[in-house]
Amino acid sequence: MSEVSLQIDGKAVTAREDMTLLEAARSAGVSIPTVCHHEKLEPFGGCRLCMVEVESGGRTNLVAACTYPVQKDLAVRTRSEQIDKIRKVLTEQLLAYAPESEVLQKLAREYRADKDRFPKEASFCILCGLCVRYCAEIKQKNAVGFVDRGPSREISFVPEVAARECWDCKECFPLCPTSALQAAFVLTRSLTSDNSVEVRK
Amino acid sequence: MINSPAELEHLRQEILSRRDPDKARISVCAGAGCLATGAGKVIAAFDAELEKQGLKGEVHVKSTGCPGFCERGPVVVIDPEETCYLQVTPKDVPAIVSKTIKEKKVIDRLLYADATTKEKVVRESDIPFYKHQERNIIGNNIKIDPKCIDDYLALGGYSALAKVLFQMTSGQVVEEVKKSKLRGRGGGGFPTGIKWEAARNAPGDAKYVIVNADEGDPGAFMDRAVLEGNPHSILEGLIIGAYAIGAHEGYVYVRQEYPLALENVSIAIRQAEEYGILGSNILGSGFDFTVTVHRGAGAFVCGEETALLLSLEGRPGEPRSRPPYPATKGLWGKPTNINNVETWANVPLIINKGADWFTQFGTERSKGTKIFSLVGKIKNTGLVEVPMGVTLRDIIYKIGDGIPGGKKFKAVQTGGPAGGCIPEEHLDIAVDFDELTKAGAMMGSGGMIVMDEDTCMVDVARYFLNFLAQESCGKCSPCREGVKQMHRILADITEGRGKEGDIELLEDLAMSTGSASLCALGRSAPNPVLSTIRHFRHEYEAHIREKRCPSFSCKELLSYYIDPEACGACLLCLKRCTSEAISGGRDQIHVIDQAKCNKCGTCFDICPARYGAVMRLSAEPVPGPIPEELRIVVKRKEAKKEAQREAT
Repeated sequence: MSEVSLQIDGKAVTAREDMTLLEAARSAGVSIPTVCHHEKLEPFGGCRLCMVEVESGGRTNLVAACTYPVQKDLAVRTRSEQIDKIRKVLTEQLLAYAPESEVLQKLAREYRADKDRFPKEASFCILCGLCVRYCAEIKQKNAVGFVDRGPSREISFVPEVAARECWDCKECFPLCPTSALQAAFVLTRSLTSDNSVEVRK
Repeated sequence: MINSPAELEHLRQEILSRRDPDKARISVCAGAGCLATGAGKVIAAFDAELEKQGLKGEVHVKSTGCPGFCERGPVVVIDPEETCYLQVTPKDVPAIVSKTIKEKKVIDRLLYADATTKEKVVRESDIPFYKHQERNIIGNNIKIDPKCIDDYLALGGYSALAKVLFQMTSGQVVEEVKKSKLRGRGGGGFPTGIKWEAARNAPGDAKYVIVNADEGDPGAFMDRAVLEGNPHSILEGLIIGAYAIGAHEGYVYVRQEYPLALENVSIAIRQAEEYGILGSNILGSGFDFTVTVHRGAGAFVCGEETALLLSLEGRPGEPRSRPPYPATKGLWGKPTNINNVETWANVPLIINKGADWFTQFGTERSKGTKIFSLVGKIKNTGLVEVPMGVTLRDIIYKIGDGIPGGKKFKAVQTGGPAGGCIPEEHLDIAVDFDELTKAGAMMGSGGMIVMDEDTCMVDVARYFLNFLAQESCGKCSPCREGVKQMHRILADITEGRGKEGDIELLEDLAMSTGSASLCALGRSAPNPVLSTIRHFRHEYEAHIREKRCPSFSCKELLSYYIDPEACGACLLCLKRCTSEAISGGRDQIHVIDQAKCNKCGTCFDICPARYGAVMRLSAEPVPGPIPEELRIVVKRKEAKKEAQREAT
């Protein structure tokens, strides 16, 4: 596999050509925040906290570092006024669902996010999809998935599969960035005999 | 089976020889719009009447595609004179057959009449709505029965395909399309030739071409009209594209809300297969290509190309990051080229008439024509095809004939739900990809919604953000959360809960959603908010600071009140009130019970101009009802009689 050289925050970085910007940055010791990223999983590009500026051929674009492939001579900036502002707003939006999440609180301190900026909706779930993708890609069980779209989107365990697979696995629980209890809660609800009761609403 | 270009031409001549150009033909628009206003019954009436008057077999009645003048449908055109009758009903049919067909006389009352001069127009192409258009694509719709491939062949259909297959290399085809500077009509405006070249150069044996017919913008129906009205033009473009990039399989992705388009394109594919225009060894050239129709399942975001691809594979239609672009990694990981319906329909024209012909239309960076669907508060609702570069003012006033009901123009929203609103002072900008973007709107796929003075611009932004929030797939958080929060704030403002700082918060959210979202849905979703803040900030401020809706549109900020001095006690509003909120009687002043009023506005619309008693109040206290004993109206006539009686 051949290598490409690029610049990240002014630093010359050499990366394998199949790497993403996020991998290249981390291998060079440059940190970029992420919530939905996991080394073992395919890049998802959902939380968008890893937005960075890339400059190539005189044009500057904002891209998600976790999905964007490295390119020769790319100039990458991982911090700027706009990037910080984007991360601030995105963190504030997620804090509305999980104000106590340590991952989010750490981001809030870094980007001066106000956890009370948006009305609270304590579902705990920020729809990062780590549990969903881990179950699909690593365990290949698809016991948990997304249902519905847009503001109605939520995660849900498939009762038939979950009843068989989940109690002895629970490997997705510690992945949850808001609270391991979140996944446990959704799982329990899915498996109760009367799961028509909408606990969250 | 047609086995060579010569055989194709021979078939065309044979079709033409069976048709006498001087013989009367009746074309009735059978597009979805005219069918909804009764075109089906008109067609049946023509069939029955021709039989009755002994003309069966003599005069051909054709169900055609949509010519665009939906406002005045059902549209009937009688050739060879090109006499155009509008709003035709089955009752008009016997007279049309006996007068126009038999005696060659024009029926005046069915013609287009100029609103001001009252002058009648006979020929279709002389009607102002059509006269100011350049109808390269949609112009053939009225000449073609979309269910009949012979009609398309008669007009020289598939000759561009024959030219490509027998006289051009695939590289030459790509070069010609590049030279035409055709840009994608689905919204992105990306140069089509460059897209084709990327897919052509991408390594791989299996490649795909796709027609994106997942037209989902509220109020937009130009792709539907082309797909319903002239499906072969799209198929011809698609086969040419397949040849150019080296694909042997193609898909037409049609939203399932378009049943007639699905039907007509499926019939077209079957007929093309029967003639050897689709399938193996097309026209004897050795080139193989098959097309499959795929129904969308009702998600707006599937119009985004990466979501469309996943949906086509049977997975949830959610966009993925680009790069890699579909040109290198598309359907099932293979190089894929996706173009919009209208883009494909342009291709046969470019091949037949040449890139130089095509580039004579349009502006420096936007070539050719564009179909817009002109809707909203406009006299001539319909489909309008104009060369790029005409002004919005010409489209709205010359073609659309302006705003109905003597109302004032306020804004035009272009580019679909994620487009922007353009006010009066920018109506003279040339309509092309770049100019619309500069004005804070966009070309999008060609939706054009006209708004008058009664439209509240904050409410418009709220409406579109609600649509986008519902249609966001929810995969990425800036779009899912940002659009939802913007919608919540806009709803608060329109319902009287706006507060200082809301505009700034909207701008922050617009920035993060617009720059961090994964796909174009989220990236363009702030446009309705930003363009209305930019051009109509005062309306936002009135809502937030004074709790006043300047357009008297936001119900929460609006009250209806009957001025007791002006009320004529005519009972009209009382009878028509939809919530039984109006009390009163003959000779008794009418009073609205504010607690019961649902603010539908019927009383305001119906109150006779001679009274003009119903008032709309926003941010003004509603005066209390006058005491019962003062509610007697003494009508002037009766008062006179009374006075006369007293005098005698």
